[in-house]
Amino acid sequence: MKKKLVFWVLTVLMVSALILTACQPSAEPAPPAEEPAQVEEPEPVEEPEEFVFGMLLVGPYNDRGWSQAHHEAGEYVMENLPGTRMIYLDVVNTADRPGTTAAQLAEELVQQGAQLVVFNSDDMKDDAVEFTRNNPDVYVIHASGDSVWAEGENYVPLPNMVNVMGEMEYGKMIAGCDAALHTQTGSIGYLGPLINEETRRLVASSYLGAQYCWENYLGNDPADLNFRVTWIGFWFNIPGFTEDPTQVANEFINTGVDVIISGIDTTEALVEARKATGEGNQVYAIPYDYVGACDEAPEVCLGVPWYNWGPAYLRHITSAMNGTWESVFEWLPPDWGDINNHDTTAIGYVSGPGMSPDNEALLQQFIDELAGGLNLWVGPLNFQDGTTFLAEGQEATDHEIWYLPQLLEGIEGRSE
Amino acid sequence: MKPSRTRNISILFQLGGLVLAFGFVSLILLLIDADPIQAFSLLWEGAVGNTTRIASVFVVWVPIVLVTCGVLVTFTAGLWNIGIEGQITIGAIFTTGVIRMFLDTPVNPVLVIILSMLAGMLGGALWAVLAGVLKVFSGVNEIFGGLGLNFIATALNIGLIFGAWSRPGVASMSGTEPFPEVYWLPTFQNFRFSWYSILLSVIGLVVIYFLLQGTHFGLRLKAVGKSIKSAFRLGITTWQHMLLAFLVCGVFAGLAGALQVVAVYHRLIPSISSGYGFMGLMIGMLINYQAIWVAPIALFFAALNIGGIQLPIVMKLDSALTGVLQGSLVLFVLLMQGVKQRVLGKQ
Repeated sequence: MKKKLVFWVLTVLMVSALILTACQPSAEPAPPAEEPAQVEEPEPVEEPEEFVFGMLLVGPYNDRGWSQAHHEAGEYVMENLPGTRMIYLDVVNTADRPGTTAAQLAEELVQQGAQLVVFNSDDMKDDAVEFTRNNPDVYVIHASGDSVWAEGENYVPLPNMVNVMGEMEYGKMIAGCDAALHTQTGSIGYLGPLINEETRRLVASSYLGAQYCWENYLGNDPADLNFRVTWIGFWFNIPGFTEDPTQVANEFINTGVDVIISGIDTTEALVEARKATGEGNQVYAIPYDYVGACDEAPEVCLGVPWYNWGPAYLRHITSAMNGTWESVFEWLPPDWGDINNHDTTAIGYVSGPGMSPDNEALLQQFIDELAGGLNLWVGPLNFQDGTTFLAEGQEATDHEIWYLPQLLEGIEGRSE
Repeated sequence: MKPSRTRNISILFQLGGLVLAFGFVSLILLLIDADPIQAFSLLWEGAVGNTTRIASVFVVWVPIVLVTCGVLVTFTAGLWNIGIEGQITIGAIFTTGVIRMFLDTPVNPVLVIILSMLAGMLGGALWAVLAGVLKVFSGVNEIFGGLGLNFIATALNIGLIFGAWSRPGVASMSGTEPFPEVYWLPTFQNFRFSWYSILLSVIGLVVIYFLLQGTHFGLRLKAVGKSIKSAFRLGITTWQHMLLAFLVCGVFAGLAGALQVVAVYHRLIPSISSGYGFMGLMIGMLINYQAIWVAPIALFFAALNIGGIQLPIVMKLDSALTGVLQGSLVLFVLLMQGVKQRVLGKQ
C-alpha cells in the first residue's frame, strides 16, 4: 500500500510540476518564436557591444576538412572584426548527438548569447529553415543551402537567412584535371559522401576536369579513362551507419585506382594512399575542403580544393552588426586573380608536395584557361542513363548545374 | 532487523553510490583541468535553466520511461533484453512504413498517426518475440540473439533510409523526407514536447506498476525470474511467460520508436533509437527493477542528456561526459549494493 501511495504522489508531483513549468512561459525567458531571446538574456553583460555569433558544425571542429574550414573562418572573422566572439558546437548530427536536432542546438547557442547562427551543412536544411522561421530576430547563415534562392527549387522567403556557397565546381574540375594528369592506370576513384544535388554536381565537375585534361593535355582517348564513384552515405565515417571510407579507399586501390579524389570531409583517402605507396604501389589522393588537408600525408597529396568561408562570413556578420543585412543566396566564384588569396577568394586549389613539376605547369595552364572563361558545362553532354543533358553547344544554366539530377555519362556509380 | 531500518540502510548505500559517482567524474574533470563545480552547475542550468530546456528534457524522458518500463518486465522474468535497441528501431520503421502508405491518401491524418503507432508497437513486439523464440526454442541466449537482432534492425533501417525510402534524388544518412505537419503529433505551444507522448508514458508507468505489483501475471513472471525450475514445478508455463515478457517489452520499445518518429524527428533517421534502449537497461539495474523509481530516475538521466549539451559549448568538454556520469552511477550503485550485502551479511 505504502509503495502505491509513494508512486502516485510521485506521478502527480511530476505531472503537476510539468504543467506548472510549461504553462507559464512568460515568467521565464520567452519561448523562441515570440521574443528575441538574446535581448533578454542577462549573460553577455561584460561587453555590451560584443557581437556573438554561433556556429553549428556537422563534424569535429578539427577534422582537417569541411568543419575545420568553417571553424577557421570564424576565427578569421574574430581577427578581422573587433568586438565579435564565436561560440560553436561541433559534431552536430543525430548519430553523434542522439536525441537532439540542429534547431534545438541552435537555440542553445542563442541562449549563450549568439545573435547570428551559422548552420554549416546542407544536411541541416530542414532544421535551419525551422529555426530561422521561429527566430525572426536571429540572423542565420546557412552554408551550402539554397532556401532563399528565389529562382531555386526550395525557395522559402526568410528575411533573416543568408545562403552562402563557394563555386567548388571549379575546385573539383582542377582536382579532376590533376588526377587525370597523374594517373598511370587511367583509373580514378571518387570517394563520395552522401548522394544529393551538391555531391552529384561536384562529382560531375571532377569528371569534366579529368576528361578535359586527359584528352587535351595528354592526348588520350576519352574512352580509356575510367572514373567511378563510391558513396559512403554521409560526410564522414560514422561507424555502424556509413560505409567505412578506409575500406572504400582500399577497394579502389585493389581494383586498379591510383588517384583517389575525396569528396568526404575527412582524410581517409590520403592515409590509405600513403599506406599503399609505402607498400610499393604508387597511389595519390586529393583531399577536400580544408586548405591544410595535405598535411596528413603530404608525399602522396596532389593538391586540395579548399573553401575559404572567411571573407563571406566577415561581410555578412559586418552587415548584421551595422544593420545592412539582406537576405541573399550567394554562389561565390574564386578570385581568378589569385585563387589562393585568403582575403578575397571563396574557393581555391593548393598544390600538394606529391605533384610533379611537369604536371604543375599543365595544371596551371588549366587554371589559366578556366580563369580566361573556359566552360566545361557545355554540350554535347549526356546523363548517366544516356538521355541528353545538354545539346551540342548548349551551356548549362546555374540552375541546371546546382540541381543536377543525375551523374554524367561516363561516370560509374550510383546517381541516387 | 526491522524492514524500515533495512530500507534506510539501503538508501544510505545508494546515496553512497551516487556520491562516489559524482566524485569519480569530478576526479576525471580535475585531471583534465576542468572545474567540476562549473561543470555540474552547467549541467543543472542546461537542464532546468528555462522552460525550453525543461521541455527538451521531457522529450527525452518519454522514450526512456517507456523503454525502462519495458525492460522491467523482461528483467522480472530474469531476461536480459539487450535487443531492445533493435525493437525501438523496428517500431520506428513500422511507424514510418504506415505513414508512408497513407501519405497521399485522403485518410484522416489522426487515424494514420494512431494506426502508425499501433504498427510501431506491433513491430517492436514482433522483434522482441523473435528474440524470445530464439531463446526458448533454439537455446540462443537472449543477449546474443538480441545483439544479432540489433544489428539486423540497424542494417534494415539504414538500407531503407539509403535506398527504398530515400528522399527523391538523395541518399543520405540524415534520414528520410520529413512528413507533412499533419502527421506530426501536436506539440505544446512552441515547445518540442507533446502532451500525448507524456500521457502515453504516464499510462505506461501505471500499467507496468500494476502489472508487476498487483497481478498474478506479475507474480508468475517473478517466479520464472527467480528460478525457472521451481516455477515450472509450481505449474507455471515458463516458456510462455518468457515470450509474453518479451512481447510486453517489445510493445513498449515499439511505442518509444513510434513516438521518436511521430513526435520528435517526424522522419526515420539512422540513430532513431538514440541509445535509449541501453539507457533503459542501465536505469533498470540502477533502480533494482522497482517500477516506482522509473519516472524520477528517467527524469534525472534525461536531464543529464539535455544539460550535457552545455559542456561542449561553454567549457569545450565532450558531452560524452554525461554518459560517463550515467554509467559510473550504475556501476557505483551496484557496487554499493554488493558492499551492503557483505556488510549486512556479516552482521
